Amino acid sequence: MSYLKPLFSHPKLPKNKLGYTLKEYEGSLSTLCAGCGHDSISAAIARACFELSIEPHLVAKISGIGCSSKTPTYFLGNSHGFNSVHGRMPSVATGANMANRDLVYFGVSGDGDSASIGMGQFVHVIRRNLNMVYVVMNNGCYGLTKGQDSATADQGSKNKSGSINPFQAIDLASMAIELGASFVAQSFSGDKQQLIPLLKAAIKHPGFAFLNVISPCVTFNNNPGSTKSYDYVREHIEATSARDLVPGKEEINVSYDAGKSTHVELHDGSEIQLNKLALDWDPEDRNSAVNALQKARAKEEILTGLLYVNTDWKDLHRTLNTTKTPLNQLKENTLCPGVKTLGQINEGFR
Amino acid sequence: MNPRINDFIVRFANVNGTGSASANYLFAKTVFRMGVPVTPKNIFPSNIQGLPTWYEVRVSERGYLGRREGIDLMVSVNPQSMAKDVLNVKAGGYFIYDSTKKLNPDYLREDIHYLGIPMMEMANGAFEDPRKRQLLKNIIYVGALARLLAMDEAVVRTLIEEQFHGKKSLVEANYKALDLGMDYVEKHYSYPLDFRLEKRDLLKGKILVDGNTACGLGAVYGGATVMAWYPITPSTSVAEAFEGFCKQYRKGEGGENNYAIVQAEDELAAMGMVIGANWNGARGFTATSGPGVSLMSEFLGLAYFAEVPAVLIDVQRAGPSTGMPTRTQQSDLLAAAFASHGDTKHVLLFPATPKECFEMTAESFDLAEQLQTPVILLTDLDLGMNDHVSDPFYWDVKRKYKRGKVLTAEELEGIGKFGRYLDSDGDGIPYRTYPGTHPTKGSFFTRGTSKDEYAAYTEDGAAYKRNMDRLTRKWDTAKGMVPAAEVNLSSQSGAVGMLYFGTSTFSSEEAKDLLEGDGVAVDSIRIKAFPFGKEVVDFVESHEKLFVIEQNRDAQMRKMLIMELDCPPKKLVPVLNYDGMPITADSIRQQIIQSLDPKKTSNHELSKTAV
Repeated sequence: MSYLKPLFSHPKLPKNKLGYTLKEYEGSLSTLCAGCGHDSISAAIARACFELSIEPHLVAKISGIGCSSKTPTYFLGNSHGFNSVHGRMPSVATGANMANRDLVYFGVSGDGDSASIGMGQFVHVIRRNLNMVYVVMNNGCYGLTKGQDSATADQGSKNKSGSINPFQAIDLASMAIELGASFVAQSFSGDKQQLIPLLKAAIKHPGFAFLNVISPCVTFNNNPGSTKSYDYVREHIEATSARDLVPGKEEINVSYDAGKSTHVELHDGSEIQLNKLALDWDPEDRNSAVNALQKARAKEEILTGLLYVNTDWKDLHRTLNTTKTPLNQLKENTLCPGVKTLGQINEGFR
Repeated sequence: MNPRINDFIVRFANVNGTGSASANYLFAKTVFRMGVPVTPKNIFPSNIQGLPTWYEVRVSERGYLGRREGIDLMVSVNPQSMAKDVLNVKAGGYFIYDSTKKLNPDYLREDIHYLGIPMMEMANGAFEDPRKRQLLKNIIYVGALARLLAMDEAVVRTLIEEQFHGKKSLVEANYKALDLGMDYVEKHYSYPLDFRLEKRDLLKGKILVDGNTACGLGAVYGGATVMAWYPITPSTSVAEAFEGFCKQYRKGEGGENNYAIVQAEDELAAMGMVIGANWNGARGFTATSGPGVSLMSEFLGLAYFAEVPAVLIDVQRAGPSTGMPTRTQQSDLLAAAFASHGDTKHVLLFPATPKECFEMTAESFDLAEQLQTPVILLTDLDLGMNDHVSDPFYWDVKRKYKRGKVLTAEELEGIGKFGRYLDSDGDGIPYRTYPGTHPTKGSFFTRGTSKDEYAAYTEDGAAYKRNMDRLTRKWDTAKGMVPAAEVNLSSQSGAVGMLYFGTSTFSSEEAKDLLEGDGVAVDSIRIKAFPFGKEVVDFVESHEKLFVIEQNRDAQMRKMLIMELDCPPKKLVPVLNYDGMPITADSIRQQIIQSLDPKKTSNHELSKTAV
């Protein structure tokens, strides 16, 4: 069951440009297990929207089915949300986005929802470069049905019941790059410092932004031998870079690591500032991104951070040349060709 | 013997992909322009090139637009199907063939006339370009028909000019081919035949158009801005028509599109996009056929339960499974009405003419938004892909879109707590909001899971039941909103009635006249929508015996009547046709006569037509 949090808030909570506190970006109390990685991601999404001063009601949250897909209830309570059917969030998001290009679209999905039942839609939403943030809360197992291996479980990983997964894992981040996603990042639910700037950059990205976030399942996949447990992920994590989003040339946060830095400028003037850790990796080169992922996998490392970004590709609205006015705001005078035209059309069929 | 005027059937037997369609259409359109009711039917294979294809044209002075059996004249230019084509001609009928090659003696029948015309030889002699020879060979037979059936030559010429507007060389080449056909008939045969055309003025104001084009146009007029679709015969041309009309009538001043069309990866995604668009306040729709409906079922259940509007045009074809993809049927009724698991039911509309395809498509958006539920338009291949003589499309100048109960920011300010699923008006229809309406009020979570009146997830049985009961109230409200059935009382006695819908209409109405000739008076009702309105209940209750005419094996409409109206099944007699060809009046009459008086066998003088 869902219930509401107390309405009381401290008068001295920091406010963003809109005058909102973080509280305005929260949702109902989570019903997920205590310690679930997904709740950290929900909190990071709320924080990212707060820091970017996004009007909560101008965000649409869309999800499929599963533990991860429940989370949109737990952040941005003033946004409309849509918990659709299993694996089909991308199509609902596509239709919604076509109807109103002015909202920010959060698609929330899980590894079962995206890598198995929803693989087809995942692939095609990437292909169309729909302007949205697509977050996969990836825990390598089916939580709501009690811990079966999912398609992203690593080969050889042991689940809670002790069985070893015999199948190859689907690597969603590599796949997304391969399919032409214009923004691909990977992170860990336990690394708020990395996740929040990545989410901010994803929101600002003018196209499809994919975030694969490893989010351990405390109840069914946090055991020794699992490659998606908190301990394992912490020991094997490797970042491509420390990065931050600098919206409109104005820096919010200082990056947390030193090194050679690079900037990726987005169309609205904001910048992603990247402090590169690996010299042979270039965030605007697909080959280099895929290579870095493959090399990390060979070393049994989980590469996190921004992996690939391309701000030149057209999003679906630009490809379809839709009007700047959201389609859901067009009225009869624009939509209906009228009686006189109908007379001419009739004449054409005589 | 007096010649038979404006009452015959011509069938063209062609090879798929040889450009015969435009020549055959030229014939049908000429009849139309001569003011004579005409019904062309395309009988085509699920194939792009090489297989047999037929085009059958019924000419009916009395205005019967249904299919009839018995071919008076066969134009056979396909050696592959010739053996069968010969057998399909009615005794006393005519068989036109390409006499460039000698006719196989096996094809000779004593009871029909043979008219050999050396089409290929003439085309080869007259035209250089091999591709043109192929195309113009078809125009040669139109020329022959012009003489044999007394077609209005000026009309044919005008149509050719319109088709190639201004392209002089093409017009002249077509004229030349036409002349070759006419001259050959003049020199070799006596003409016109004992059945022929005569100019009339029976089609004032009418149009000749297919249902899919009408649906596409209806969606433009109805204000659809988002279309998502996946290619499938016979619905593909709905999307194509919508796109074509949008390109003409939905461009902004800077050339930008006031619409978005997405070719989806499959039918599931297509329906998902439609639901997403409607949830977000745009009118979105999709078009598909049976297999697509199966795939969309889960999403249709979501839209029903989460109360999101959606419009689906189902151009039915012969099922089950892949079935006969290029043959017609009315066999998705149950699948559409009850698509998805759990207690789910959907609003259906049944257009019978292109005019109704146009109007009902536009209306389906109003209904879907007013009722906040999917509306499924059930047309079929016969209506969708064949040209039909129809009343012109009509649009009321004063007509406004009915967007249903949607709260604005101002309205939200004025109310207390917003309850998405509260039945404030008692009609079962709650109020909705679009995303982005108000900074702090009116947001809610849309879900396929059970919820309370305030859209919060709940597994409380009482709250679940309240919601389900409200959906039933909404269903009852829908009964008074959907298009009412058309009732025609002629018998006064109330003893026997016939019930039909969609493309069974033409033949049913013709059958009614035939039955009257037999001395059997029958009342009739044409269903236009599901759920059934009060007029349907009354009609069924007030008749002792009701013939339910439909084009499927399992009498699906009959089953729906039994389920929804709780009437005694025995009084509903199924009259069926499910061979993939449109139902005929003769077949309906036979089945009804047989049921009314099993001993009486009606004369069936027409030869059976086998495809």
